[in-house]
Amino acid sequence: MTQIEEVSIDQFKHLVSERALTGETMLLNMGPQHPSTHGVLRLLLELDGETVVNCIPDIGYLHTGIEKNMEAKTYQKAEVMTDRLDYMNPMGNNLAYVMAVEKLVDLDVPPRAQAIRVILVELQRIASHLVWLGSVGLDLAAMSMFLYCFREREQILDIFELVSGQRMMTTYIRPGGVWRDVPVEFEKAVREFLKTFPKRIDEYEKLLTKNPLFIDRMVGLGILDAKTALSYGVTGPMLRASGVNWDLRKSRPYMGYEQYDFNVPVLTEGDTYARYLVRVQEFRESLKIIEQALNKLPFGPVQSDNRKFVPPPRSEIGVSMEALIHHFKLWTEGFLAPDASIYSAVESPRGELGVLLAGDGGPKPRRVHMRTPSFDNLSVLPELVKGHLVADLVAILASVDIVLGDIDR
Amino acid sequence: MDINLEPIVKIIQEKFGATLEEFRGEVHLFVKPEQIVEVLTQLRDEERFELLSVLNAVDYFPQKTPRFHVVYQLTSISRNLSLQIRVPVNEDNPKLPTVTGVFAVANWRERELLDMFGIEFEGHPDPRRILTPEGMEGHPLRRDFPLGYEEPQFTFNFDEIRAQKPSPKE
Repeated sequence: MTQIEEVSIDQFKHLVSERALTGETMLLNMGPQHPSTHGVLRLLLELDGETVVNCIPDIGYLHTGIEKNMEAKTYQKAEVMTDRLDYMNPMGNNLAYVMAVEKLVDLDVPPRAQAIRVILVELQRIASHLVWLGSVGLDLAAMSMFLYCFREREQILDIFELVSGQRMMTTYIRPGGVWRDVPVEFEKAVREFLKTFPKRIDEYEKLLTKNPLFIDRMVGLGILDAKTALSYGVTGPMLRASGVNWDLRKSRPYMGYEQYDFNVPVLTEGDTYARYLVRVQEFRESLKIIEQALNKLPFGPVQSDNRKFVPPPRSEIGVSMEALIHHFKLWTEGFLAPDASIYSAVESPRGELGVLLAGDGGPKPRRVHMRTPSFDNLSVLPELVKGHLVADLVAILASVDIVLGDIDR
Repeated sequence: MDINLEPIVKIIQEKFGATLEEFRGEVHLFVKPEQIVEVLTQLRDEERFELLSVLNAVDYFPQKTPRFHVVYQLTSISRNLSLQIRVPVNEDNPKLPTVTGVFAVANWRERELLDMFGIEFEGHPDPRRILTPEGMEGHPLRRDFPLGYEEPQFTFNFDEIRAQKPSPKE
């Protein structure tokens, strides 16, 4: 039985300044239930009037033991846990985990499946950035942004429903390929999105990029230099806004990203406005990738034919004894992975999403560690907000783009 | 192994007596706990590994001793290289020097290890649990920690479960 203990200042004594102990500065809780913390994040703020002296993030309110649960499931079944990790990026999480499994058991993916994966992950990146853009607008009192962004996100979620039957918890990308081929309506739906979305980005930019109120709230806030960013393990758009050109899609291409022509937006200012600009430019780059992948979408199978890891289609089970055995083995025992450990990473909308996967020779993983970008990106927050006003803290926190499911796992 | 990685591995092997393991093109170097700060400082300053991507642990209970491997996955952005340093840690005295002085990201990551595996880091500036609540007993990600569950409260067992639930102090 757990006991409820009284919280006193003693446990935070070494983190606040001496003035807090005499009562000269005020300690204020922000969250865990607060609209601007994007989930259940608690910030313990030490305030001198309106100015933030110290900020102590307190996380773990959404800790669901995903990593522990994955150890108790076979490799295929553990995949559904990854959807729940970063709920703004389920396709990307699937891809990260599945790529790690494929690397561990040395499994090839057919080109059509790779192209489908790229299209879906890039759509997911746009959807994730849309939620981010909408909530930034909401935090800075630009309510209409939220409505516009969710309108476009709906279009993407409809495409996901089309291919996987689910809007959010998709589990569509599977070891060895994807669950099933995309339906015939898929191409039309994506083309429709490609046609309408560029105009929408122009609209967003018209509303925000040159908006003097928005610029006043964003420029010069929370400046992060490249050295601090790297030391704190910051990755993704946040790192690229600080002048470091590092995108895993470009520097360590996976899933055939090397075939596509796209740019990596990099800015050097490192403030909240630069992070905004980087993400808005990423919309356009993602669209470029989707269009190329869709034009080049090869024909062929969408799953590997290695029957030791990929279940046979229903049509084979009726006529082949081998297929029936494989089907039975895969859905009862699962497949075996070697007793070894690998690390594989993808570029998620928030940064480097890595999976440290250790097998134990059996059908269940020994250890799955998800290196989630939000965790490290948030750890730099106390450095960013020192000396800023509480109202600016909201803008800075919004520009970090955290997802609490990603942090607490 | 990547051709650019070979000289780096050689230096670490000669200077620190590290042992090498390779799997699917990944390089794992095993060093002793007391060397880790020096190894990471050298790799960051001399070999330009700027990013500590992962700091976590794998529990090999009960197959292997020492039981834990603390994993440091390093990334060099300027040279586009990856290297994994591993530190085997014993169960009886799971202690390591902290690397917060080398990479600031280690602060939260080491707190997570303290929380999840009970591995202590000497000299850590803020050794508190990070994800689980205060007063939690045990270290959930150890292999011998049971994967428990909470019984759902229905009408038939309402009182039974309410009696076990924590309640605020009077």
